[in-house]
Amino acid sequence: MSRHFKSFSEEFKKHKALFAMAAPAFVLVLIMQYLPMTGLVLAFKSYRYDKGVFGSAWNGFENFRYLFSSGTGWLITKNTILYNLLNLFTSQLLAIIVAIMISEIHLKYFKKFTQSVILLPYFISWVVVGVFIFGLFNYETGMIDGIMKAAGQQPVNFYSTPAIWPVIICVFNSWKWVGYNSVIYIAAITGVDSEIHEAAAIDGATIFQRIKYITIPSIRPTIITMILLQVGRILRGDFEMFYQIVGNNGQLFNATDVIDTYVFRSLLQNADIGMTAAATFYQSVLCFVIIMIVNGIVKHIDADYALF
Amino acid sequence: MAAEEKAESEDRMKKIKLSTSSKVFYGISYVFLALLAITCLLPFLIMVSGSFTSEQWIRFNGYGLWPGEFSTEAYSIIFKAPQRILKAYGVSIFITVVGTAVGLILTALTAYVISRKDFKYRNVLSFFFYFTTLFNGGMVSTYIFYIQYLHLKDNYLALILPGLFNVFYLLIMRTFVDSIPVALIESAKLDGAGEWRIFFTIILPLLKSGLATIGLFLALGYWNDWYNAMLYMNTEDKYPLQYMLYSIQQQTQALARIASQVGIQVANLPSNSLKLAMAVVATGPIVIVYPFVQKYFVKGITVGSVKG
Repeated sequence: MSRHFKSFSEEFKKHKALFAMAAPAFVLVLIMQYLPMTGLVLAFKSYRYDKGVFGSAWNGFENFRYLFSSGTGWLITKNTILYNLLNLFTSQLLAIIVAIMISEIHLKYFKKFTQSVILLPYFISWVVVGVFIFGLFNYETGMIDGIMKAAGQQPVNFYSTPAIWPVIICVFNSWKWVGYNSVIYIAAITGVDSEIHEAAAIDGATIFQRIKYITIPSIRPTIITMILLQVGRILRGDFEMFYQIVGNNGQLFNATDVIDTYVFRSLLQNADIGMTAAATFYQSVLCFVIIMIVNGIVKHIDADYALF
Repeated sequence: MAAEEKAESEDRMKKIKLSTSSKVFYGISYVFLALLAITCLLPFLIMVSGSFTSEQWIRFNGYGLWPGEFSTEAYSIIFKAPQRILKAYGVSIFITVVGTAVGLILTALTAYVISRKDFKYRNVLSFFFYFTTLFNGGMVSTYIFYIQYLHLKDNYLALILPGLFNVFYLLIMRTFVDSIPVALIESAKLDGAGEWRIFFTIILPLLKSGLATIGLFLALGYWNDWYNAMLYMNTEDKYPLQYMLYSIQQQTQALARIASQVGIQVANLPSNSLKLAMAVVATGPIVIVYPFVQKYFVKGITVGSVKG
C-alpha cells in the first residue's frame, strides 16, 4: 500500500500539470456518473424522500418480488429484448446493404446526394420525428388515413392498433440510423485495396461474387463490433425514441412499453420508487454481466474482435 | 491509397464490360437508393407543406405533400407572439454555446492527458471513463441524486452538465491527439515550455479539425436535447426549443396560452399547422447548416468506428 502511495506521489510530483488537466473531467464524471451508482441500493429499500437515499429503510427483495409478481417486470423485459434484437437486425442489415450499394455505384453526384440525404434523419431530434409520425398516422389528419380515405378505403385508427407499432418503431429506428451506420460500413469497405476487386473482376468474378467473397469479409470486424456494442445495451430501451413515438398512449403499452419508458412514467407519477429502482437495478447489473460474458467469449475466440 | 490512384482504378473497373449480373445489381441499387433518399426527405416535405396549409384544409383533407390551400396563418401567429419562441431560442443557444465551449475544453484536456505515453495512470484514467459506458446508476437513482443532492431541479446546469463529457467523444479526440507527432512536445519541453503552455500553444492549434468535429457533435446534442429539460425543468421560461415544441405538441394548455397571447379563441387556433410550423422553426437552423458541417460528422463517425 505504502509502495503504491509512494509511486503515486512521485508520479504526481512529476506530472502535476497533467493531473490538473484531467481533474475537471474526473471530478465531473465522479459526481455525475459514479455517485448516482450508489443510489442503486434503492432497489433494496423502501424509499422516502424525507429520509433520502441512505436513510430509507431496507426491505430486502420486496421490490423485485412486487415488480415481477405483477407481471410488469416480465412484460417490459420481454419487450425491451425483442425490440432491441429486431432493431439491431433490421438497422444493421439495411445499413450494410446501403453501404455496399453506395460503394459500388459510380455516378458521383448521385452517390454524394444519397449519402447526404440519408444522414439527415440522424440530425433531427426525436421530438421532430414524433411530429412526423403523428402527422403520418393520426386518425383525424394523418396523411396515411387521408390517402386511404381518398382511395375509398376504411381509415385505420393506428393509435389504437397495437400490432402495427413494432413495425412503425422498427422502420423509424432504421430510418434514423441508416445514414450514421452506413458511414461506418462505407469506411470499412473503402479500406479494401481496390486492386483486389480488379483482380477478381478480371478473373471473371461477378459483382455478387465480389461482394460475397471480398466486401463482406472485409466488414466482418465492423459488424461484430456493432453487434457487441448493441448487445451491451440489450436491456436498455432507446427512451427518446419510444417516448416520442408512443408517448403516454396507454392503449399501446402492452406492445411498446420498455423498461426505460415504464421507469420514466413511474418516476413522473411518483409511483413506487422502490419498484422502479428495482427495475433499473436489474437492468444495469444484467447489462453489465451480459457484456462482460459476451466480450469474454469473443475475446476467447479472437481477441481482435473484443471491445476491451 | 492516393485519390488519383483510386480514381484511375475506378476508371479501369468501368471499362471491364458490364455483365448481366452487374446490370441487375446497378439497376436495383439505383432504384433502392433513390427510394431511400425520397423516404428520408419526405417527412421534411410534409412538415414544410403542412405548416403552409390552411387549418380548414388540414381538418378536412389531412396533411399532404403540397399545400392544398396555401396559408401563412401558423407563422403569423408564431411571429405575433414571439416572446415565448425567442425565449426558447435564447435558452437553446445559451446551453449550446456554453455546453459546447466547456465540453470541448474538458474533452481536449483529458484526451491530451490519456494520450501521453509517459503518464503512468493513463490506462487507469481511460478505464475510469470507459467504465461508465458499461455500468451506470440508471434513471431512478440518477434522477434522485441530481434533484435531492445536487439540487439541479429547474437549474440551467441540469441542461448543461449531463451532456458535457462523453466517453465516445473522448476516444475520438484522443485519435486526433495521437496524430500529433510526439517530437513536437519533446522539443517544446527542451525549450523549457511548461505543460499548460505546450497544450495551449502547440496541441490546441493542431487540433482544429478534432475540435470542429467534437464541437459539432456536442452542439447537435445540446440543440436537440429535450430529455433533460423534461426531467428537470419546471418553469416554462427555461424550456429549450425542442422541449417547448414537445410541450406544444402535447398540451392543449400551451396552445391555450399562445391563443390568449395572440388574442383569439383556442378553437380558432390553427393547431395542426401551428405544430408543424413550430417543428420547422426548431429544425430550420440544423437543416441550414447541415450541408456545411456534414463532412465533420462523417469524419467523426468514421474515426469513432475505427477505435470504438
